[in-house]
Amino acid sequence: MLKSRAAIAGIGATEFSKRSGRSELRLAAEAVFAALDDAGVAPGDVDGMVTFTQDTNQEIAVAREIGAGELTYFSRVEYGGGAACGTVAQAAMAVATGVATTVVCYRAFNERSGRRFGQPDARLGGQPTSQGLEMSWHVPFGLMTPAGWVAMFAQRYMHTYGATSEDFGRVAVAMRRHASTNPAAWFHGRPITLAEHQESKWIVEPLHLLDCCQESDGAVALVVTTTERARDLRRSPAVITAAAQGSGAGQMMMTSYYRDDMSGLPEMGVVGRRLWEMSGLTPQDIQTAILYDHFTPFVLAQLEELGFCGRGEAPGYLQDGGIELGGRLPVNPNGGQLGEAYIHGMNGIAEAVRQLRGTSANQVSGVRNVLVTAGTGVPTSGLILSAG
Amino acid sequence: MTDAPAPSTPDPASVDRELRELADKQAALGEMRGAPAADPVNAPMIRHWQDALGDANPAYLDQGVAPPAMIQVWTMQGLRQHAAKDRSPVDDTLAALNAHGYTGVVATNCEQTYHRYVRLGERLTPSTRFTSLVGPKRTALGEGYFATWNVTWYGEADEPVAEMMFRILKFRPRTSQGPSSAAPPSETAGSEAAKPQETGRREPYPLRPAVNADTAFFWEGVQQGELRIQRCADCGELRHPPGPVCPACRSTNRTHTVASGHGTVYSYVVHHHPPVPGRETPFVVAVVELPEGVRIVGNIVDCPTDAVSIGMSLRVTYRALDDELVLPMWAPGES
Repeated sequence: MLKSRAAIAGIGATEFSKRSGRSELRLAAEAVFAALDDAGVAPGDVDGMVTFTQDTNQEIAVAREIGAGELTYFSRVEYGGGAACGTVAQAAMAVATGVATTVVCYRAFNERSGRRFGQPDARLGGQPTSQGLEMSWHVPFGLMTPAGWVAMFAQRYMHTYGATSEDFGRVAVAMRRHASTNPAAWFHGRPITLAEHQESKWIVEPLHLLDCCQESDGAVALVVTTTERARDLRRSPAVITAAAQGSGAGQMMMTSYYRDDMSGLPEMGVVGRRLWEMSGLTPQDIQTAILYDHFTPFVLAQLEELGFCGRGEAPGYLQDGGIELGGRLPVNPNGGQLGEAYIHGMNGIAEAVRQLRGTSANQVSGVRNVLVTAGTGVPTSGLILSAG
Repeated sequence: MTDAPAPSTPDPASVDRELRELADKQAALGEMRGAPAADPVNAPMIRHWQDALGDANPAYLDQGVAPPAMIQVWTMQGLRQHAAKDRSPVDDTLAALNAHGYTGVVATNCEQTYHRYVRLGERLTPSTRFTSLVGPKRTALGEGYFATWNVTWYGEADEPVAEMMFRILKFRPRTSQGPSSAAPPSETAGSEAAKPQETGRREPYPLRPAVNADTAFFWEGVQQGELRIQRCADCGELRHPPGPVCPACRSTNRTHTVASGHGTVYSYVVHHHPPVPGRETPFVVAVVELPEGVRIVGNIVDCPTDAVSIGMSLRVTYRALDDELVLPMWAPGES
């Protein structure tokens, strides 16, 4: 049983920008140093590294830069941002089973000044790999941007439940409100109104510009070790009460249009069931949640899949500041990826740790358990972290 | 019947019947021996052919044999001397297709089998057998029929030296003014596609699908104006997108069914930003639900973007995006 066997002992990040001016490997090293210093762990103690398959910095390259010695565990997690909590899940499994003692999870990229995920790439459908063939049912028709893939789900969700663009807009407004009081956020001091959301240009109908998260340069790193050891380190540990990865039946990468229902996120349902089972907790036990917000509509679907509300009830749940600070479930107090930065979900995990430590810029009171999710529309992952 | 068509425009069904009867008659003739080659296999022709094709291999002439791929050359008739003296069972069918307006022609398949090298001095004799006429098919070029025949070349000892399966599409070229009653799909995807150039080849469309052994049947179908859905040859399960194994019964025996071409909008998006290579914005992409029970993604065309809605009835159409790629697309239609 993985429950509570491992903990996040340190968090670190670079600044979040639109042009870091540094290599991605350097960003990775900077974030890892910050996380190790936060935990009070020396580079020589690191014996495991986990990152995303999409990261351009190999584990051994980062290990060399930070001066780590021998590694006994290294792995990568697939499926874009769906990997975020999966890196922690795999690190937790490694330390719980004794494969490693101190595992660093990291994600570093120049996603704004370098390769931008939101730009069409004609090579997406080019190769006859399983993923290239999957893309080939969509890319030739110009359906080739993350916004387009998500918009297809959003349209069906609106049709099925009578949701509106304003319902999506309330997510954006909440995230930008939170970011406005977070000095680390790109959109610090720049809240938006629902009217501004509605007036922002179409990207892919039914998504406006302000339904789409920003693009960022930056890096985040986390240090995972056993809960027992974490208690002896500098910071109070964020105990990994539950960790899960999930893929649904008929799963595809962003284009699961061929299974029965298109108004939910079955893979997040898998993750949610696993998290509640492993932790023994219920949605009522969660004081704040970090929900992956690359596009607003999937925040609604996540609230439903995770059981914070019923199917089709998320629009009502969002009303009257339901997911804002002071609301029934403050979501992404850091401003999320819409407001703080798009670091593929890893900055959200760091915010969850701050909330448990009581050190967030937008601290929610009395936080005992935080639920965190990873990329949506793809095979994904999730965590429940608890104050330890 | 009161709504019988005017005598000057025979109805499509009777044209189709006439063509089929003729094709059946031609096929029943079996293999028909043609006139022997005007010239024996000879070095000058080989030299010119190799030069024209950039084939510098000296081995053929050194050993006194012809490149196998030249096989058609030896019995090819001249442009101006295609006289009635050497009729083949293909001619009448092609003439009938021309007479009914299927005047366009494009070769689609050519498969040759070589039994041995042919030697300098040999005089070959062709023999032709009409195999099949399939249609009418809606293709990217227009409505047409696929005609297939086989040619066997015999040596002087009357032994077969090479064979060829040859297939062409005879299509009805679209006229620029006025839609015909058959309302064939237009040749281009209009504003969505690379514009045809005044002369020469069209710009290659940049968004090309990857194709492999598991998906080739679909794209070949599209080229022929068919929307093919993978069907398990054992349990009958339909599946799109296709794959190598039937998830219902593990069978790898696959065939396909040709969809009716009807569909309804299950979901859709209107793409505005950022620019997409090969496309003009805005354009619509939809998840289309087929009555056969599967969904497929495609563009909606011939419809204002703000007129698209979930549940709307669609009919498939085929659009050539460049000289090679045809994509299935969807236009408003009756359910």
